[in-house]
Amino acid sequence: MKILLVDDEYELVSTLAERLSLRGIQADWAISGEEAMRLAEKNTYDVAVLDVKIPRLGGLELKRRLQSEQAVLKFIFMTGHGSEEDFRSCSAETADGCYLVKPVNIEELIQKMNELVKVSEVSP
Amino acid sequence: MSWNWEVIGETGLQFFGKMSASISHEIKNVMAIINENAGLLEDLTVMAEKGMPIDPQRWKAPASRIMKQIQRGDDIIKGMNRFAHSVDEPLRQMDLSDTLALMGALSDRFAAMRGVTLVLESASSPVPVLTNAFILQNLIWLCLDFAMGCAGASKTVFLKAEKREGGAKIRFSKLQDLAKAETGSFPGERERALLQALKADLVIYKEMKELHLTFPVQAEG
Repeated sequence: MKILLVDDEYELVSTLAERLSLRGIQADWAISGEEAMRLAEKNTYDVAVLDVKIPRLGGLELKRRLQSEQAVLKFIFMTGHGSEEDFRSCSAETADGCYLVKPVNIEELIQKMNELVKVSEVSP
Repeated sequence: MSWNWEVIGETGLQFFGKMSASISHEIKNVMAIINENAGLLEDLTVMAEKGMPIDPQRWKAPASRIMKQIQRGDDIIKGMNRFAHSVDEPLRQMDLSDTLALMGALSDRFAAMRGVTLVLESASSPVPVLTNAFILQNLIWLCLDFAMGCAGASKTVFLKAEKREGGAKIRFSKLQDLAKAETGSFPGERERALLQALKADLVIYKEMKELHLTFPVQAEG
């Protein structure tokens, strides 16, 4: 499984990527939507984990752009707010439950990533 | 003087809510970073307990990131506390430069979301004003919000508080797109109500690409 992590907090994404790699999951990370798009042009990912509030682009717009680059890519959103508004917009954009409120539990994140990849593998 | 309390009250509540939401978002980010780094320390401990050799540097980095985030969280909370106490008194002796620095810090996340950098130019000496702290902050925010929309390609807004004869001034400068901005609706009803309450003035200098907020030394006689 190959993951793309995007959040403008460098110390969050870099540490999360390190923790995932200790669990055998390869994770690239970006601190801007533009950087994420550059990575997606060169690499194929199974799941993208995006902060809802990415500066400039915003997480939802970044999702649309990444999807146009990699149609089968699955998404999980992270947010600091947990507001009704975030929940509604993320729920409309992803499969049920693919929305995590910071601070994120890494085991829960991995479980959701595994579920998404399994779903995508059994889909016709 | 009769203040437009209906507008000031509604605008103030919106401002308070917006800032509180942004501060809570920042605190959540701090907690998220601490969470990941504490988790990494735990991961490394588990590995060491299993007999895997771990370079001490691998413990040092997350520990130092945690300490850095605790300092960041403390700064955010201090700012939040100052902001919350700005409603305590109707009039307060303030340093405009200091207030501008606080507003810059509170607005940093909004600026980042728009890809804008705020540059605070320091004043050579304190810039004293006797005014309503909360209304002043609200007015600075509305002007800053407008200024960020006029930053243009440089995506930078310069801010400076300075003394002037009979009062003080805040200068929002290098607003590259100010000439193109729709200034018919700015200052609008909200800004006008706050300006009136503070006995302040707002002047837009399109050619200079600057916005000036001027204040008397004392807002109320």
